[in-house]
Amino acid sequence: MTARPLLAVDGIAKRFRGLRAVDGVGFDVPQGGIVALIGPNGAGKTTVFNLIAGVYRPDAGRIFLDGADITGLRPDQICKAGIARTFQIVRPFGGLSVLDNVVVGALRQTADLAAARRAALAILERLGLAAKAAQPAHALTLPERKRLETARALATRPKLLLLDEVMAGLRPVEIDGMVAVLTALCRETGLTILLTEHVMRAVMALSHKIVVLHHGQKICEGPPAIVARDPQVLRSYLGSVGRHGGGVAVPC
Amino acid sequence: MRAPFSSLFAGRPRRAPAALALFVAAMAAMPLVAGDYLLSVLILVLFAAYLAQAWNIMMGFAGLLSIGHALYIGIGAYASAALFVHYGTSPWIGMLAGVTIAALAGAAIGALSFRFKVGGVYFALLTIAFAEFTRILADHFGWIGASSGLFLPVANRATSDVWHLRGAPVMFYYLLLAAVLALLALGRLLLGRRIGYYWQAIREDEEAAKALGIDVFRCKLAAVTLSAGLTAVAGVFHAFYYNNLYPETIFAIGRSVELMLPAIIGGLGTLFGPILGAFLLTGLSEALTNATADWGIDGLKQLLYGLVLAIVVVLRPDGIWPWIAARLGLGAAPHPPASRVPPSARERSEGALPQGQP
Repeated sequence: MTARPLLAVDGIAKRFRGLRAVDGVGFDVPQGGIVALIGPNGAGKTTVFNLIAGVYRPDAGRIFLDGADITGLRPDQICKAGIARTFQIVRPFGGLSVLDNVVVGALRQTADLAAARRAALAILERLGLAAKAAQPAHALTLPERKRLETARALATRPKLLLLDEVMAGLRPVEIDGMVAVLTALCRETGLTILLTEHVMRAVMALSHKIVVLHHGQKICEGPPAIVARDPQVLRSYLGSVGRHGGGVAVPC
Repeated sequence: MRAPFSSLFAGRPRRAPAALALFVAAMAAMPLVAGDYLLSVLILVLFAAYLAQAWNIMMGFAGLLSIGHALYIGIGAYASAALFVHYGTSPWIGMLAGVTIAALAGAAIGALSFRFKVGGVYFALLTIAFAEFTRILADHFGWIGASSGLFLPVANRATSDVWHLRGAPVMFYYLLLAAVLALLALGRLLLGRRIGYYWQAIREDEEAAKALGIDVFRCKLAAVTLSAGLTAVAGVFHAFYYNNLYPETIFAIGRSVELMLPAIIGGLGTLFGPILGAFLLTGLSEALTNATADWGIDGLKQLLYGLVLAIVVVLRPDGIWPWIAARLGLGAAPHPPASRVPPSARERSEGALPQGQP
């Protein structure tokens, strides 16, 4: 038997004015694993994230973290339960310094400001933002803001980290750097990650498992090598199946 | 840990504590040299500084715009004055009652608004509505004198009875100075704690704050409750300094607007901005009154006052304090709100988001 998954998503659904944004999606995220949620634009990836993060309440289905039902909790309760998330469109606390942005996250674990500062600095160090610690967050470049999002979420010391397209806009070498940071984090701290990503270079390098969404439904789930050859996946991405049975086209 | 005095300037250059000490010493010595007129102006400055500081906790720290803070001044003033007039209760006891009622009123308005997700300008409108509603209520409330006003027996100005707040202006001067400094210390304390960080996070981006586990509802409620209670303290001093209260002046929207200005001009979310703003605006107002009195042109003072405000807001949108502090090497006070970031800078960052195609 396999161990209980850290996150279990069971048949969740969400409609917006009749549009089925997410329609009966279910999957597991194993403890310590990295799972990628992929799919074409509009497939429902971000909606799934928002359902897990408590921004929306699902119309149907349940979500379990470590066996506990977290369906319909508020975003702050979800965070306290152990799930931190980044936003696809970054939301830094612009007027605060980069350090203070992360301190806000670190204060989730401790009320001691000095301790929170130390923890925040360590995380900034890890994500290569330590040199910018004193700058106001609005002065960062977009790739830096994406890293700040990740740093801030990590500072809450989550069991599960939801990364919503943190690689977008990064150069290949930066992507590799981010991939290295994330894999190291998972290995060293036992962190579990669920991510959505268009950058296939990162998805292939990081994930143990890929879940593919299309029109709000799960069309495929499995290890990267299998998913990349699945005819349905290829059809959803490319509109037709490559006759030579090649992999997914990967723009990086 | 740092000494509480220098912690007012945590991480700031050494001359900052010296500057504060100089300021406190000068203010403490002022009554020895100032005449009656200057002292009365300085009392106005301290009233303005205190109120702006209290309001700044909501707007500057937590980003909650209240344009109805006259409500809390009125509650503090009427509660303490009515208890004194009817029962001879010490205004310090009355203050306890006033602060409690004001804090509860603030909490009720906050709870209503935040529960039903009334935010931004709609929240501001609601605060005006409650102040106006209370003004009309007070106009018909006989126990507090209704629209004909509530009057305190004129004080013997020769002796100072601090327990009953009866005495000379200099007594009020020192009480208000102590209140302003206490609020300054409280502001510094709060900004260095979890709640201060959480307020600023909420001010900057509420959704992101929620995602970091911040109970936004409770934090906002704390800001409103605290700000309302602290504002009521000024109401008590107001009642016992002026000795008369009318609903249409104490609850006036104009008062609510006026008390915001020092914080805005001085620097929203900063610790010293409201104090600096109070000095500048009260000074400006007095100077214009004196200058224009002889000319006999109605409204000229207001016109010039408005003009100066407009110029300051255009030239120093972050407020004057951060600018002066940087010049004097005192270090800027913590974190102006991000709303001051030019919109172009924000759009550039988000509009440039590359759309990855699968």
